[in-house]
Amino acid sequence: MLQPTDLELEAIRLSLRVAFWSVACSLPVAIAVAWLLARTRFPGKILLDGLVHLPLVVPPVVVGFLLLVLFGRRGPIGGWLYDTFGITIIFTWKGAALAAAVMAFPLMVRAIRLSLEAVDRRLEAAARTLGARRFDVFMTITLPLMTPGILAGVVLAFARSLGEFGATITFVSNIPGETRTIPVAIYTLTQTPDGDVGALRLSIIAVILALIALVASELLARRVNARITG
Amino acid sequence: MLEVDAEQELGAFRLDIHMRAPSRGVTALFGRSGSGKTSLVNMLAGLSRPARGRIVIDDTVLFDSSAGTSVPPERRRLGYVFQEDRLFPHLSVRSNLLYGRRRAPARDRTTTVAEVVELLGIGHLLERRPARLSGGEKQRVAIGRALLAHPRLLLMDEPLASLDAARKEEILPFIERLRDRLRLPIVYVTHDLGEIIRLADTVVLMSEGRVAALGTVDEILGRADLRSLTGRHEAGALLRASVESHDERFGLTHLAFDGGRLQTSQLDLPIGTNVRVNVRARDVSIALNAPADISILNILPARIIEIFAGDGAHTDLKLALGNAGHAAIWARLTARSVHDLQLEVGRNVFALIKAVAIDRQSLGGLQPDG
Repeated sequence: MLQPTDLELEAIRLSLRVAFWSVACSLPVAIAVAWLLARTRFPGKILLDGLVHLPLVVPPVVVGFLLLVLFGRRGPIGGWLYDTFGITIIFTWKGAALAAAVMAFPLMVRAIRLSLEAVDRRLEAAARTLGARRFDVFMTITLPLMTPGILAGVVLAFARSLGEFGATITFVSNIPGETRTIPVAIYTLTQTPDGDVGALRLSIIAVILALIALVASELLARRVNARITG
Repeated sequence: MLEVDAEQELGAFRLDIHMRAPSRGVTALFGRSGSGKTSLVNMLAGLSRPARGRIVIDDTVLFDSSAGTSVPPERRRLGYVFQEDRLFPHLSVRSNLLYGRRRAPARDRTTTVAEVVELLGIGHLLERRPARLSGGEKQRVAIGRALLAHPRLLLMDEPLASLDAARKEEILPFIERLRDRLRLPIVYVTHDLGEIIRLADTVVLMSEGRVAALGTVDEILGRADLRSLTGRHEAGALLRASVESHDERFGLTHLAFDGGRLQTSQLDLPIGTNVRVNVRARDVSIALNAPADISILNILPARIIEIFAGDGAHTDLKLALGNAGHAAIWARLTARSVHDLQLEVGRNVFALIKAVAIDRQSLGGLQPDG
């Protein structure tokens, strides 16, 4: 009775894989974008800021549709990827990860940017007088001091990726074992006669996964903070 | 030689520095807050860039706007001890100390970690995080971290300003040791005359973004026309003296200088130590005849060589001591006394100095005999 069914396990495994790759691939980009937004001035910065935050305010179905246009077999990026590397994004779990990454990106950038802005730049200046180049300072001083914010961003993005629905179903559809993540599976069950029990079971699983992620991040953040403040 | 010609506009504040100072011993940048001391040090360190000018240390060009040269801070090899400790909070004391050393060229690693740790007395703190250190301990670790980057020159920006008097006393001897043992040139920013007296060899007096005067500590402190910048209250003159003997019975120390002898509160210094003594003008009185039956122990024959009328009720007299007349001190009197005693340049008088007016705080430039 409490034992998850094979279909449920498949959805969980797929969701975790999609969320993991979504976060892993967007993290370096998010750090770079957060750095651009927090530390540099360039023309068009406000545009980049807006672009990053767009998925928060645009209907997810629009994001999914734009991805479809761009990354479809004949889309400008999708076509190039297929012709050059033979990679197909659309209707695959990679596409689900891409959709999740785009939707979670603003949350991740926000958390990382806040932690970057909180880093005491006088410490960075001190490091430079001690002989460290800019990149060295970033790796040994700035990044370690940002760890709590990066963790928060990662967990937030992970949880958001687990729950991604609208852009995913628009972009990569609903293919069992390939793109049917937990939210898509729940949606499918609600459309099926007598699917209510199954939908409830998956909903509970979704809540538990999200809780585990939040608690784990809180515990990690405490350990990191204890390390930083001695 | 430390050569600076630099101009910079910081909002409404204009910095216009031109100076040539020896790059050995302690060069003190002295002036009120807002006179541009920290801005100058940041330009030396490369943390800020002059709009125009040239900065050269011992024939190494660090900045030259006309040639487009600006050496980045990490390649200037200048140690910097900031007003706040700026220790890296995520690293242990040991890792903080090694941060600069790991990045220094091997051939420059002249001092060892053990040496610096011993010099600063921080051996018991190595495994701690900065958050677990007291203010004085933090500043000592910050000094050690800068030293272990093996700089060619050490910049210290009011390293004692954030500490209370007791903590200052805890750190000053360590800075004296740096100067005497490591022979590292130091540029030391302060607005505290006491620190100048104890540490400085050369003084750069700064005011409103400019160098108002530059010279040896004796010259600058002895100049009456700079009193409005060096501070009236502590104003005086420096005497070069050496410890001659200790009077254990009464707890006194005898100092010999070129032109006489000075009795002071007991100083915990070995006989033969060379010191410089700040004799404050307000601690010196004048008598026309050698007084008898008086508590004051130091009664020195002197001759008035300069009269400087300050504002209002004060007048400062410069006195040559002894026959040779090399040593000079200042006496601050009321204008009324000067009038009543008919004091004028050339007149022979007696300078009276209370022994208790001179203590450890009045001393600087301690050097062992030889």
